[in-house]
Amino acid sequence: MVKTLRYAVKHSFPIFISFIPVGLAYGVLMQNVGYNFLWTGACSLFVMAGSLQYLMVSFFAGGVSLATVAIMALLLNSRHIFYGLSFIEKFRSFGFWKYFLIYSLTDENYSLHCSHDFDDDIDEKWAYVLTALMPILYWVVLSILGALIGTLIPFDTTGIDFALTALFIVILIEQMSSADNRLPALLAFISSIVCLIFFGPSNFILPSLVITVALLTILRSRIEPQNTKKEEN
Amino acid sequence: MVLSTTQSILIIAVCALCTFAERALPFLLFRGKEVPEIVRYLGRVLPMAIMATLVMYCLKGITFSSAAGFAPPLIASALTALLHIWKRNTMLSIFGGTVCYMLLVQVVF
Repeated sequence: MVKTLRYAVKHSFPIFISFIPVGLAYGVLMQNVGYNFLWTGACSLFVMAGSLQYLMVSFFAGGVSLATVAIMALLLNSRHIFYGLSFIEKFRSFGFWKYFLIYSLTDENYSLHCSHDFDDDIDEKWAYVLTALMPILYWVVLSILGALIGTLIPFDTTGIDFALTALFIVILIEQMSSADNRLPALLAFISSIVCLIFFGPSNFILPSLVITVALLTILRSRIEPQNTKKEEN
Repeated sequence: MVLSTTQSILIIAVCALCTFAERALPFLLFRGKEVPEIVRYLGRVLPMAIMATLVMYCLKGITFSSAAGFAPPLIASALTALLHIWKRNTMLSIFGGTVCYMLLVQVVF
């Protein structure tokens, strides 16, 4: 178990770095609209979705109906619908822990689950569960710290959130170098850029993912020729 | 606080439920069923496509009206990628890219 925990901490460490500014700033922001560290901790624990929690700060200012809150929440995090597709059978085999892994399936945890690399003597289920647990801990603790002492941070952390971009780049490179076919990454890049131009930075991700899934489905026989042939026979 | 405690708790509950529902949707769709081969295939190829989309998502704020709007993220991203292709050390790539970005936004631009 100690070895699994050590793996989980090491594997999730880049997330910790990227959460430092975002988590601390979130606590400060909540404090500014009159919500103390208990509210901040509750939001981080129950919602566990960075961009939505920032949007919620504006909900707390009042004047927004619960129906609007629901629609905004669903739209903002709609990309999460696609994350489970890669883990349906895996999570199913983990019994009760499936619910925890679904609840914690953020962008960050999705990327960590896509890049697991543990030794054979580590139990797979606990590697997934502990890895998913770490970012929640970081997020809850850092946002509470932000609420309590966020304004006292003495050094300039501007730009430290680039750690998350860097992590995504690293994982993408790892996946591209181990894959037989790099077309999925190329299709996603083209689709993202086209959708960014047409829908703008705040609305591009859902149409982009829908188009990418459509293209991946159409081009299946080119991306996985062996598997497609096997199924036809 | 402008809102009452109950109103605030309701907002948190709605956001938590909506977020969980979206994350659970694929599991609900195929509950108790054999996962179709086309979905298995998507599950295999989507991670690479989604990581590429998330990289674009992180870089979506780039503007081309001044160098400060595009140079720091593009230079730091290129450095991260080159470092990783060269050394294959995750921590080194992330550390190098992030420090480079911080220097660029705080000192250079």
